[in-house]
Amino acid sequence: MAKAFQKIYTKITQITKATCSVKATNVGYDELATVEGRLAQVVKIIGDEVTLQIFEGTEGIPTNAEVIFMGKSPSLKVSEQLAGRFFNAYGDPIDGGPVPEGEERPIGGPSVNPVRRKQPSELIATGIAGIDLNNTLVSGQKIPFFADPDQPFNQVMATVALRAQTDKIILGGMGMTNDDYLYFKNVFSNAGALDRIISFMNTTEDPAVERLLIPDMALTAAEYFAVDKNEKVLVLLTDMTSYADALSIVSNRMDQIPSKDSMPGSLYSDLAKIYEKAAQFPAGGSITIVAVTTLSGGDITHAVPDNTGYITEGQLFLRRDSDVGKVVVDPFRSLSRLKQLVQGKKTREDHPQVMNAAVRLYADAANAKTKLENGFDLTDYDTRALSFARDYAEKILAIDVNLDTTEMLDNTWKLLSQHFRPAEVNMKQELIDTYWQQ
Amino acid sequence: MLTKGTVKGIISNLVIVEADGAVSQNEIAYIDLNGTRLMSEVIKVVGNNAYVQVFESTRGLTVGTEVEFQGHMLEVVLGPGLLQRNLDGLENDLDKMDGIFLKRGDYTFPLDEEKLWHFQPIAQPGDKVTAGSWLGEVDENFQPHKIMVPFTMKGEYTVKSITQEGEYTIYKTIAVVEDSNGQSTELNMIQRWPVKMPLTAYKEKPRPSKLLETGVRSIDTLNPIVEGGTGFIPGAFGTGKTVLQHAISKQAEADIVIIAACGERANEVVEIFTEFPELIDPHTGRKLMERTIIVANTSNMPVAAREASVYTAMTIGEYYRSMGLKVLLMADSTSRWAQALREMSNRLEELPGPDAFPMDLSAIISNFYGRAGHVVLNNGKEGSITFIGTVSPAGGNLKEPVTENTKKVARCFYALEQDRADKKRYPAINPIDSYSKYIEYPEFEEYISEHISADWTEKVNEAKTRLLRGKEIAEQINILGDDGVPTAYHITFWKSELIDFIVLQQDAFDDIDSVTPIERQKYILDLVTDICRTDFEFDHFDKVADFFKELINIGRQMNYSEFRSDKFNEYRKQLDELIDRKKVIQ
Repeated sequence: MAKAFQKIYTKITQITKATCSVKATNVGYDELATVEGRLAQVVKIIGDEVTLQIFEGTEGIPTNAEVIFMGKSPSLKVSEQLAGRFFNAYGDPIDGGPVPEGEERPIGGPSVNPVRRKQPSELIATGIAGIDLNNTLVSGQKIPFFADPDQPFNQVMATVALRAQTDKIILGGMGMTNDDYLYFKNVFSNAGALDRIISFMNTTEDPAVERLLIPDMALTAAEYFAVDKNEKVLVLLTDMTSYADALSIVSNRMDQIPSKDSMPGSLYSDLAKIYEKAAQFPAGGSITIVAVTTLSGGDITHAVPDNTGYITEGQLFLRRDSDVGKVVVDPFRSLSRLKQLVQGKKTREDHPQVMNAAVRLYADAANAKTKLENGFDLTDYDTRALSFARDYAEKILAIDVNLDTTEMLDNTWKLLSQHFRPAEVNMKQELIDTYWQQ
Repeated sequence: MLTKGTVKGIISNLVIVEADGAVSQNEIAYIDLNGTRLMSEVIKVVGNNAYVQVFESTRGLTVGTEVEFQGHMLEVVLGPGLLQRNLDGLENDLDKMDGIFLKRGDYTFPLDEEKLWHFQPIAQPGDKVTAGSWLGEVDENFQPHKIMVPFTMKGEYTVKSITQEGEYTIYKTIAVVEDSNGQSTELNMIQRWPVKMPLTAYKEKPRPSKLLETGVRSIDTLNPIVEGGTGFIPGAFGTGKTVLQHAISKQAEADIVIIAACGERANEVVEIFTEFPELIDPHTGRKLMERTIIVANTSNMPVAAREASVYTAMTIGEYYRSMGLKVLLMADSTSRWAQALREMSNRLEELPGPDAFPMDLSAIISNFYGRAGHVVLNNGKEGSITFIGTVSPAGGNLKEPVTENTKKVARCFYALEQDRADKKRYPAINPIDSYSKYIEYPEFEEYISEHISADWTEKVNEAKTRLLRGKEIAEQINILGDDGVPTAYHITFWKSELIDFIVLQQDAFDDIDSVTPIERQKYILDLVTDICRTDFEFDHFDKVADFFKELINIGRQMNYSEFRSDKFNEYRKQLDELIDRKKVIQ
């Protein structure tokens, strides 16, 4: 619709903290509008009363505010010009550069037909054994870090992003502190990777509700590069808990009945819509999503991590190993559901069994430690398990160790042979015969 | 004349339509959005206003849009050619859709309209038939697909004519039947049925008693499910629900397997698409895909169609059961379906029940599980639907409405335990909390003594008792320390570990260990029972662990080896020698 014919509505009938209602006709569901120049979106229509969610909030909106409908849902202009740029939640540049040109696409578009997906099968190597050895990532996967706010998840995520062999890295920041935003910007520019990066940022200084647009913006850009350009795209979303908080604010303002932990009843579907954009496409492009879900006091039964866990293909936990004083990717609670698609197939045949054996023995060490703390005598096996665990944490698991997968396997065999007898590791005899180090 | 209407209000996928005539609850309506027809279902009526849930995104929909009601409920097309299809929750054929992305209003017919089927008549002119009677048969992927009198036809009919053997499409008239008033009806190979209504064209529904072999030891041996039985698998994320479900669907001894991927990950469905066409059915030697139907409403597909997807799958199951086939229906996960109900109930502003789920959740779940079962058809033949659903309890807490309501109706309970999963003891089915009510059925016990052995149940119960005892001792050792309990306790504990490692734990990714036929399960249970009944003597508790670890190691090597192969027998010999060294000589 041409601008000249745009009708201005001024009859506001209701204002809440995040929404206002206006008498208007011929308005489409999900359509964008401006209310006194602020961007808003249609969330409910009953007869001629249209309810708009105002992203910036309704502070100072008068009952005779000018409402102009834009005849389209939120969209992003996509082209190669997006590469290397920083945008806000609306897709406007925040780096002082020009507005990119390109084809305008509605964000939050349709889902991939499941029969058109390809099974993910390409390993993403990060050099971190807690990931590559125990929880191997695969392109087209979606996986979050479950972390407490004080853990160095942003650092680990930046490392993963830079080491992974991808064509584009798209960073969606939700409720990120300005310091963290600058950290990412610095790390990427120091690594000379800025031209591969596209950023959509909502910092703690921006209105919370604006965050709701970030994942869809980032993923619309990702779909452009992965589907149209057949590129391998890695999308980083941090922090999805802030996103869920914004959802709960809006549903609360819309008078919806909250379900668990004051989150909207549709939380599962809302999160799934985002995470399921991760896919391996038939023509070779892929979207991989690595996200962060911050926990409160490590509680994974809270609605946000809980629903996330059911959607994503695994989760990664960080933990400080007090015996060696280093941060490790926790081998017990972390899980990559797609690992069996590459372990022993794209990596050496012994990979799955070595991984399981080492983790099981590491668990035995944890039991031995409990015994020790409770003042019981340790058996010879317990002592050996404990010394294995120390070596395993320091030389394999610590996130500052950078090895390729074959080195990780060789080093683990070395530790197994050093501390245990073959019968204690519970592995297939053929593997023991080949790899056991005398 | 179909009722028409216009859109009055839109709240996400709930649309209020003012109707110009009669509408019925659950009637299907199409909303015409600039030429794109959006399918929807009536879920509430107030005065002239019908509240419809739209099975698609309502983006761009405006007030005043025209709506056309269809005069029927949500129904599925039934006929030969459903096997091997990838369907969405509304029974559209996903493979027939163009492009990488799903398009709104893209509805495709689930059957092949041109394929010729080899038809052989069963009924004869003059036969009296009723709904569900077999008129003829076509060969669908080596399954005898019966062409039946449509289930919607009431009363008794007489077959006037039947087409002779030949190659026909689904639209060919294969029979003409006449009712008592002399009114005749032409029948072809397809029919339709509303999914929310159970298909009950059978004579009776006796208690099920035949073991349904799944090849999973902790199910078949410890808590077996039966043909026509119901079971459910609750488990927090990461405990291996999906791996277990896939294992069952690959290995179970069923004629037809229907997988309803309900609100779960798309990549899991892709795994089935990719693997099943390659995998061989262990019972028939044919490709697994040939006996499989997938109904996929993955978590990013429209929420409203999620509820429909489990009903679509169940209706297709009932259709095949009416042909006298053994159907296995798996739904992953029923919690997502319950959540879809919750979202809609919330938008309708209904008063919420526990955890904001609708008040009638319990009734909905029990009606659904009630549709499974073993039936005797009107012609005396038998068919069954075995239903296994997974439940994804919020926060892993089993005291939530979906788990509790399912527990009331499902007869088998396979509790996946976080602690076992953390220790990589897969499948993480807790042997003590899980149960199968079928073990208590005298019919089942009779079947088992006839088909496996008379002392089977006794040995299973003994193993369960040992597992429980082992768990108690482990707790005591934790409190008192290794040397705080007698050495005999260590022996009892390690005997339970032996059962855990050799019987319960099973490597789903190993070609041999992943599937254990019942004959081999009997061998393993006999072996383990014999060891557990043997008395051993040790001078120190330390030696107990060493000895049993070695036993377990050999036992696992046996599990990884081809049954009764040279390697297998060699390990058995090693095992016997090891036992002889420590056995107390009477």
